[in-house]
Amino acid sequence: MRFPILPLALVALLLTACAAPQKRQEAQASPAAEPFASTYQRIAAAPVLLAGATILVGNGERLEDADVLLVDGKVAAVGHGLALPEGGQRVDARGKWVTPGLIDVHSHLGVYASPGMRAHSDGNEMVDPVTAGVWAEHGVWPQDPGFAAALAGGITTLQILPGSANLIGGRGVTLRNVPATTTQAMKFPGAPYGLKMACGENPKRVYGEKGGPSTRMGNVAGYRKAFIAAAEYARKMAEAKDEKDRPQRDLTLETLAGVLAGDIRVHIHCYRADEMANMLDLAREFEFRIAAFHHGVEAYKIADKLAGDGVCAALWADWWGFKMEAFDGIQENLAIVDRAPGSCAIVHSDSEEGIQRLNQEAAKAIAAGRRAGIAIPPERAIRWLTGNAAKALGVEDRTGTLEAGKMADVVLWSGNPFSVYAHAEQVWIDGALLYDRNDAARQPASDFRLGTEGQP
Amino acid sequence: MNRVSTLALAALLALPLGAGAQDVLIRNATVHTAGARGTLAGADVLVRKGRIAAVGEHLDAGGATVVEAAGRPLTPALFGGISEIGLEEVSAEESTVDAALTPGAEPAMAARPEFDVTLAYNPASILVPVARVEGIGFTLLGAASHGGGSILGGQGGIVRLDGSLDALGPRTLFVSLGSATAPLSGSSRAGQWLLLDQFAEEAAGRIGADSPQALLTPAGRRVLKGYLDGGGRILVRVERAADIRRVLRWAARGKLRIAIAGGAEAWQVAPELAAAGVPVFVDALANLPADFDRLGATLANAARLHAAGVAVSFNLGGDESHSARKIRQLAGNAVANGLPWEAGLAGLTRIPAETFGVAGELGTIEVGKRADLVLWEGDPLDVAYTATQLWLDGRAIPMRSRQTELRDRYLRATPRPEAGELPRAYPPRR
Repeated sequence: MRFPILPLALVALLLTACAAPQKRQEAQASPAAEPFASTYQRIAAAPVLLAGATILVGNGERLEDADVLLVDGKVAAVGHGLALPEGGQRVDARGKWVTPGLIDVHSHLGVYASPGMRAHSDGNEMVDPVTAGVWAEHGVWPQDPGFAAALAGGITTLQILPGSANLIGGRGVTLRNVPATTTQAMKFPGAPYGLKMACGENPKRVYGEKGGPSTRMGNVAGYRKAFIAAAEYARKMAEAKDEKDRPQRDLTLETLAGVLAGDIRVHIHCYRADEMANMLDLAREFEFRIAAFHHGVEAYKIADKLAGDGVCAALWADWWGFKMEAFDGIQENLAIVDRAPGSCAIVHSDSEEGIQRLNQEAAKAIAAGRRAGIAIPPERAIRWLTGNAAKALGVEDRTGTLEAGKMADVVLWSGNPFSVYAHAEQVWIDGALLYDRNDAARQPASDFRLGTEGQP
Repeated sequence: MNRVSTLALAALLALPLGAGAQDVLIRNATVHTAGARGTLAGADVLVRKGRIAAVGEHLDAGGATVVEAAGRPLTPALFGGISEIGLEEVSAEESTVDAALTPGAEPAMAARPEFDVTLAYNPASILVPVARVEGIGFTLLGAASHGGGSILGGQGGIVRLDGSLDALGPRTLFVSLGSATAPLSGSSRAGQWLLLDQFAEEAAGRIGADSPQALLTPAGRRVLKGYLDGGGRILVRVERAADIRRVLRWAARGKLRIAIAGGAEAWQVAPELAAAGVPVFVDALANLPADFDRLGATLANAARLHAAGVAVSFNLGGDESHSARKIRQLAGNAVANGLPWEAGLAGLTRIPAETFGVAGELGTIEVGKRADLVLWEGDPLDVAYTATQLWLDGRAIPMRSRQTELRDRYLRATPRPEAGELPRAYPPRR
């Protein structure tokens, strides 16, 4: 990389600034442990008792006329007849439903922010088919009004991914859906990183006349070359006796090596069943695991295989037909994938509109399943938006279900969430009420909204 | 499914279904007429020769096939939005897309109002059965304005999804204004008014047909004059409040019959729209500032327009052809955000039929109209429920599509070669 010629004083300043991180690096065998670390801080709040609701736990369990107690940012208890601690607030949830906060594993909020101006196009580093070294969080604009709109739909955690123009698009980031001035302040503390990959039509369309890949075979050769280089890099890093023997740090290879080491979870945009099978074999060749296929329009054709291999499938309820690889889309995709024993079916949005109503997307899938003779009760379907999604992101021990000890990410719904008429009335993140449909003082508005909205 | 019935299905999907219209009595339904009689509980609908013959209680079947609705909702067949159903198969594959005229070689900013996109309509499109199984019976084919084209996209019209080749009723002229089509008007939306004024001058004969400045062909002038004389509906795609105000002025000056699609900020101009009697087809899911024309987008748009007296219908924000079935979700969300339920239903039925000149045939369950009906398992505006049966001209439509065929193939258990079971590609053993 070329460095500009700088004034002497500035050069001195930069050298000083760089010195501190350099010191930390020498202490470890691998590069700096936490660059761009999360500065997320939960908002302190008094205990909250939601009483008398229908509770969908997020793991398949359902309780009637039950209570959830939130204390110090955590779910303290779920059960019947819970007592409210001193100073706490009781919420009458009778006739209403309570679920864990919803999780969208596939969003481009912030990187393809509203308004959709050219300047806001930060989702695809379309200069090379393999850009594993870029990180989506560096393109996230926290003032995207889409975040607040998603919160109003019950979204408490979301993964922002690079787009699907590239074979390997870069790292994603898992965020808490809290209004903030910096992305670091939204970053889910301790969540593993994800890596975005894409198979199929997009990469070969983008790079077909730019030196390739221009075919699906070129796509697969591209992934394999990248992982071969990464394995070599990892080997050299591991074998180096001290720092001066190590190869120069390379962001692309470092991320790919993280995948091989099992530290970074792999999320692959992939539509066709045959291509998903190829990606599973790719993962086998390089001994890494795929966390989830995204979109998976043909996942229903290999539902048993995906469940057997422990791969999650993040799907739409009904998108189809906009590309040849989406031509075999059916509305029963989620139901058939979910039906396989050991499956991990997820509803994702890939849309700033869809993320606001993941509950309705799930409702559509439930209705299609029922029409096909597959009965899916609400307590099972909610897993698509909560527990299974948390599993794909590697945060299932922290959130995704209403179980004692987990983060108090909770949504109070006006009724059964699987209806077009259901509203998220109140949304808590880490036990703090961050959205209230009936209280303007608990409805965040991004900086962009000030003076631009024509409405109260 | 064996080969014979595959052919039969293909035949069913391809031929006009109007041939041999039925006599049917749908008994004991919650009949949502979408008309003056509103909703009738426990009512019957009698169909004779494909037309609605009676709507009331305890009707005599008189030999008609009886369908017991058991209280379930019955509505008119739904409007599938302003779509490209039958005009495209796979959006990203140009060879399958006929939705827009993009002349390319033509002089910049030329327009072809004589373009009639309904002539490219394929009634055997794969997308037709996909829409029908969700209760959709008709759609407005829209002439789009794509890059290289014109703000004046051309003409479209209503088609019924019964296999008929031709559009029903009059044509509609499509105009797209605002920031989305500014690249087609010299990068300024003021250029759009410049063009519309010039088109009007040409249609009125005030610019000679052989003038080097002429942008329309003789056929185009003739067609446009018909609309500018108030002889047809002009659908204007426009979002921003200020632009809508200018559209209303232009329509008032010329006494034009217009409708608006998109209208993200239409609620800000609601009283004027109501006074002018202009129907608005809103994207009821649009609530983000997608661009600077839509800063005022709100989920309350439909409700506010309706409260002011505007006729409200719906328009999807994207992929209107493959996702036409999503229009029900738009209506349901509009209702969830303040639009009265009956107005939501009207937006899916009567309003589009009235707006596009087919109200004598479609849009309500009233005596004399075509028996285009849908029986639902539950609330038709709630995505939690699906359509059970569609009738077109009183003929029960097979609730099958390419998607249900794929579904049924893959619902079957994975074949086991070790047990001698053939791959899924083979018809299943009986």
